[in-house]
Amino acid sequence: MSAGAVGPVSAESAGAAPKRSRRLPLSAVIGAAIVGTIVLLALVSYVWMPYNPTRIDALSRLQGFSGEHWFGTDRFGRDIFSQILMGSRTTLFVGVVAVGIATVIGVPLGIIAAMTGRWTSEVMMRTNDLLLAFPALLLAIMLSAIFGGSTLVAMVAIGIATVPSFVRLIRSGALQVMQTEYVMAARAAGRGPWSIGLRHVLPNVTSLIIVQASVAFAIAVLAEAALSFLGLGTPPPTPSWGRMLQESQSLLFAAPRLAIVPGIAIALAVLGFNLLGDGLRDHFDPRLEDR
Amino acid sequence: MSTPHQTPAPAAPVLAVEGLNVGVRNTGLVHDVSFTIGRGERVGLIGESGSGKSLTGLSLIGLLPEDVHATGSVRLAGVDSDIISASEAELSRLRGKDVAMVFQEPMTALNPTMRIGDQVAESMLVHGTAPDRDAARKRAVELLAMARVPNPGAAARAYPHQFSGGQRQRVVLAIALANDPSLLICDEPTTALDVTVQKTVLDLIVNGVEERDAAMLFITHDLGVIANVCERVLVMYGGRIVESGPVMEVFRNPQHRYTQGLLAASDLVSSDAHRQLPTIRGTVPSAGRFPAGCVFNTRCDHATDACTTQPPWMEIAPDQGFACFHPAGTEEEADGELASTTTAKGSEDEDRVPYDGALLGAEHEPSDPAVRGQITVSDVTRRYTRPRRSLFSPAPTIDALRGVSFTIDPGERFGIVGESGCGKSTLLRILAGLDQPTSGSVEIEGTDIARLSTRNLRFLRSRLQLVFQDPMSSLDPRMRVKDIVAEPIVAQRLRPPKGTLSEHIERLLTEVGLRPEVASRYPHQFSGGQRQRISIARALAPQPAILLADEPVSALDVSVRAQVLNLINDLVDQLDLTLVFVSHDLSVVRHVCDRVAVMRDGEIVELGPTEEVYTNPQHDYTKTLLAAVPDLRAALAASRDTPERGMPGA
Repeated sequence: MSAGAVGPVSAESAGAAPKRSRRLPLSAVIGAAIVGTIVLLALVSYVWMPYNPTRIDALSRLQGFSGEHWFGTDRFGRDIFSQILMGSRTTLFVGVVAVGIATVIGVPLGIIAAMTGRWTSEVMMRTNDLLLAFPALLLAIMLSAIFGGSTLVAMVAIGIATVPSFVRLIRSGALQVMQTEYVMAARAAGRGPWSIGLRHVLPNVTSLIIVQASVAFAIAVLAEAALSFLGLGTPPPTPSWGRMLQESQSLLFAAPRLAIVPGIAIALAVLGFNLLGDGLRDHFDPRLEDR
Repeated sequence: MSTPHQTPAPAAPVLAVEGLNVGVRNTGLVHDVSFTIGRGERVGLIGESGSGKSLTGLSLIGLLPEDVHATGSVRLAGVDSDIISASEAELSRLRGKDVAMVFQEPMTALNPTMRIGDQVAESMLVHGTAPDRDAARKRAVELLAMARVPNPGAAARAYPHQFSGGQRQRVVLAIALANDPSLLICDEPTTALDVTVQKTVLDLIVNGVEERDAAMLFITHDLGVIANVCERVLVMYGGRIVESGPVMEVFRNPQHRYTQGLLAASDLVSSDAHRQLPTIRGTVPSAGRFPAGCVFNTRCDHATDACTTQPPWMEIAPDQGFACFHPAGTEEEADGELASTTTAKGSEDEDRVPYDGALLGAEHEPSDPAVRGQITVSDVTRRYTRPRRSLFSPAPTIDALRGVSFTIDPGERFGIVGESGCGKSTLLRILAGLDQPTSGSVEIEGTDIARLSTRNLRFLRSRLQLVFQDPMSSLDPRMRVKDIVAEPIVAQRLRPPKGTLSEHIERLLTEVGLRPEVASRYPHQFSGGQRQRISIARALAPQPAILLADEPVSALDVSVRAQVLNLINDLVDQLDLTLVFVSHDLSVVRHVCDRVAVMRDGEIVELGPTEEVYTNPQHDYTKTLLAAVPDLRAALAASRDTPERGMPGA
């Protein structure tokens, strides 16, 4: 009879051997396509741009969409498409570095806060609350006042301002993991706290990290736009999507195109990273493997 | 608890279920379920996880989840429409009035922001069964008094968090009975409660239903509860009713092979000399993955080719029958008190290969072999300090353990029994060196671990290992089985006794009855019983002398529980382990242990050889505890003494 052959393996897993090579979820594919395109644009901008994005051409001011200027020109006659290409560098760079800073500092702090005793944890979290209450823009303004406005200052400021939200979220996730019996089992097996943090807690909060990173990336892109808009980010004439938005402001009704093009670019970038984050979270969760 | 009614179900049933099918998309979860319940009749619906018993219960009240669809008909006396096809508006008029439900989890069944009295009154106001708010509130207090909630007047003004689980379940019952429903559905209402509380809640349910002459459907996995509460039972497996009939007849002369196996596996008293329990082999498939034909054919020892087609319903009497090609009654006399045939041992256990490796933690072996596996606990206390509530008063404290002392001899099987909050888990954590006692000493193999730093506790990790309660949370979902089992070895940088680490792990997996190939899988791919096997393999990896088991079978299905108990028994024998077995389940401890300690409020109230404690309890609490257990054998024996009516073959 067949039952004997089923043996120790449950019916649910007896049929198909576990497959590691699963198809990526659709959202991850779309997200990866959008993010990939932006990365490609940034790379292309190093070797080729239709025009010099900073060249002022008084004769072709405020032109609409055309074969010559795909996305038109701004009020100084600069080519919008070239500016978008060049601006994608800034956007990517700011996003990656800011999220990188937030993750590298925030995740370990969050896990440590969850694993240490009550007092250390309290001190860490109250300090964190203090930072959380401190407006990111104010921090950026302070830093710019000291170091001068630049892309670097903007991304460091955004990164530092994002750390507390990481700490808070990762700590709550890590606290849950610390309550589980497998952590108790690991302690009984003789694993030290560092080892538990690295082997059990970190892998089990990765989905949180991925989602938070994709959200933080979107926020960083918007924050860079906001800082540039205020003149605290990327200084002129280097184009960035945020600065393009800022400059479009006075001509919003005369040439809405100037706001729409970088606006769509920012929205697409944010959407792409969110989709990619969600998709990756699902992809790396072994529990979803059989579905 | 009362004895069964004299008369069979009256002609006009309160509930008539006909051809009920429930499923999600293409997967059928409940197949062709038909039954009736008469006025004043109490019917049990028994089944393991994935049997479809809860879905059946939910479809009777129109509460199926959004993506689950049902076909068939569910008719309630006095209601014009069919519950399956009724609109949401019609259903809400009838829920809580004609049919009410008590759920398993009392902690989440009440709204935490609403006063108890208002929640009881609400159900009457919604259905207009009370003229106004004042009358409803007055009636609510009466209902709380009926449910024996202490001090009902004050309780009505209190909030849910001020009550214990048992009291909350009484409140839920008061709400369910507020409008005198004609049908009460209880879905595992006492599973989350302690035994002593369970008994009072069960009594209340039975009384409440009897007073109203209401019909009741009682869903549970616990055969003992069914035997004490119900008159008739429906046995569900794999989404089908495989057997039904009067409780005493079904439990004494089970026809279907599943019922027979289930009864044998849940009867912990009739084990053989080696404490081996009869088991049903294999595991319960997950919902919707049951085989075609007879749903039990993959686990049945009597299955033949005929069983690949759905067996017809064999009616013995109205409301009594079964669906099996090879019923139990055909080849054995029907005089057994319980179905005592031992189904063949599970194939998992036959695959087991006894392990003969050298000792891993040999370097930590105690110098005096006489203390190997010995535990001496003297006057251990553990006080937890709660966060301070005020600046001027000291922080409140809780004494989880108040002076516990005992000695466990090498190779002994020591049981610790108690209800929730008695301190048994704290004690276990202290024994494992995962928590430190406030005072007292804990000697493991002659070394006092109570004051040792984490670094100096390392020796303990290869001498003592744990098996946990919840097979879902005790294995890291992100780790493969091989890494989980290897963890105690890798963490301590031990060397496997012979061969490579992966060979050692394969041996361990075979040892606990799993195939070596499963090493590269993740925990979610296994059923509860298999996960518990993995957990046991991990505990045995460093070849400890002491095994601490914290409720290792409480979360498992009855048919799987016996397998895991057999496995623990075998391993403790073969590997000469000292076993400390913590459980709230008295019958399990009685089966497993030589000596038992009964704990209450952080103290051991009674300690002695298991049989003595069980047959001749000295402490009042032990007596209460033992009396509260819904015992299948006792219930069957009691009904035999007072035969209700002539039954065929009895």
